[in-house]
Amino acid sequence: MAVKTQEGAQLLTGGEAVAYAMAQIDPDVFPVYPITPQTPIIQTFAKLVANGKATTEIVNVESEHSAMSATIGSALAGARSMTATSSQGLALMAEMVYIAAGMRTPIVMAVGNRALSAPLNIHCDHSDSMMIRDSGVIQLFAESVQEAYDLTVMATRIAEHPDVMLPVLVCQDGFTLTHSEEPLVLTSDEVVKDFAGEYKVPLPLLDVEEVTTKGIFALQDYYTELRYQMNAAMEAAETVIADVFDEYSPLVDRPFGLLEEYELEGAEKVVFLMGSTAGTIKDVVDELRSEGQKVGLLRLISYRPFPAEAIRNALASVDEVIVLDRSDAPGAVPSLHAEMAAALYGSGVKLRAHVFGLGGRELVPDEARAIFAGEAPTHVALRS
Amino acid sequence: MSSLRPWQELSPGGTIRPTDAEKPKTGSWRTGIKPLADLSKCTNCLLCWLYCPDSAILIEDTTFVGFDDYFCKGCEVCAAVCPVGAIEMVSEETETPERWVMRSDESGS
Repeated sequence: MAVKTQEGAQLLTGGEAVAYAMAQIDPDVFPVYPITPQTPIIQTFAKLVANGKATTEIVNVESEHSAMSATIGSALAGARSMTATSSQGLALMAEMVYIAAGMRTPIVMAVGNRALSAPLNIHCDHSDSMMIRDSGVIQLFAESVQEAYDLTVMATRIAEHPDVMLPVLVCQDGFTLTHSEEPLVLTSDEVVKDFAGEYKVPLPLLDVEEVTTKGIFALQDYYTELRYQMNAAMEAAETVIADVFDEYSPLVDRPFGLLEEYELEGAEKVVFLMGSTAGTIKDVVDELRSEGQKVGLLRLISYRPFPAEAIRNALASVDEVIVLDRSDAPGAVPSLHAEMAAALYGSGVKLRAHVFGLGGRELVPDEARAIFAGEAPTHVALRS
Repeated sequence: MSSLRPWQELSPGGTIRPTDAEKPKTGSWRTGIKPLADLSKCTNCLLCWLYCPDSAILIEDTTFVGFDDYFCKGCEVCAAVCPVGAIEMVSEETETPERWVMRSDESGS
């Protein structure tokens, strides 16, 4: 099948594309440790730095725990800082991810989502992102290489906004996006640099005129207040993300949103999910629509903050929503299922939920049809 | 202690400027002994100032002038590091001059 591409498009993998966006922003510091399927990101980024495309100081640390520690330190010192990871790397980093958020550190991190061990698996699911779901970091999930690139270009503006000051994770499905070439249009260096602007954080540690202490001790007297601050920052982030999307959208002539509505007009049954599998669902929605079925897709881009009210509004006239989680929660329901049950409580919208795609298992069109038809098992494609 | 502030008045992540912090009187739980310096022996090497874990050594410009009872906890580090034996620890009840310094050559002892 001939693929018609946009003018000026080129083929890049998701890993290459976000590395390119990062190099265009040209951060000051990039502490990082390699891990599949993140490795192409730092591999490409290091090549771009070596070739003079960016002037970033890449810090080769001894682990992801150190990568995030160094990223926090340099970001708070006053240097724009980025990192990247996947799966076990994110798990090892988790302690510092909470600290990055709690210290309100505006860093940008590229994530190539991958299943957590055990058993050892290098392919995509979202269990790594789910592990840090309550850490206070912003998590944006891309469907395509183009979107992973665009979200990365926009990420610094969200992270560094004075009302937000939280880490932004740009998540893309491991291998499906990180290692797959797709056509995309890169934004010009000038536009990206101008959009990202200068890195400014209030009270950087290296400001010797106004010295500060960061990483404080707060007990019964202040811990609650300082953790609660992140609720306000996340609430503000919902507006800031939308504003940044609206500012970038006309520059590249592509629409962006915290949610993507696909064929929701008159839809009775709607699938709700995150990530690259939306592409398969869209094809199946098109097929079912051509057969006269009133189906649609609501894709979540902003997992954190979770835009509950916008979701409720988007699904106001839908009969049934089918939530697809790409992670499991043994002994409970996984994250999107729980979030959607809370968001839709009392709305009258019926809710059904499935787990799919664990450890990189593909969700094929026939299974998507079975999901819409209500004939799929709770764990899609589970042999039993 | 001043009243606790609401979350809106705290800087993001709790970053603290020196002016934000209260000075707690840690000297109130001193161990029961306090240092007394003999200025006639003191060579002003400032090792006590360097070693004091509680910033309780008072200096004017670069000259040792005594101890700060607001912070001193009686840990004895200053007495231990003084290379000329100019600092001795005395009981809390001992009457001492201001800033806990004296000159033995002036007192005639």
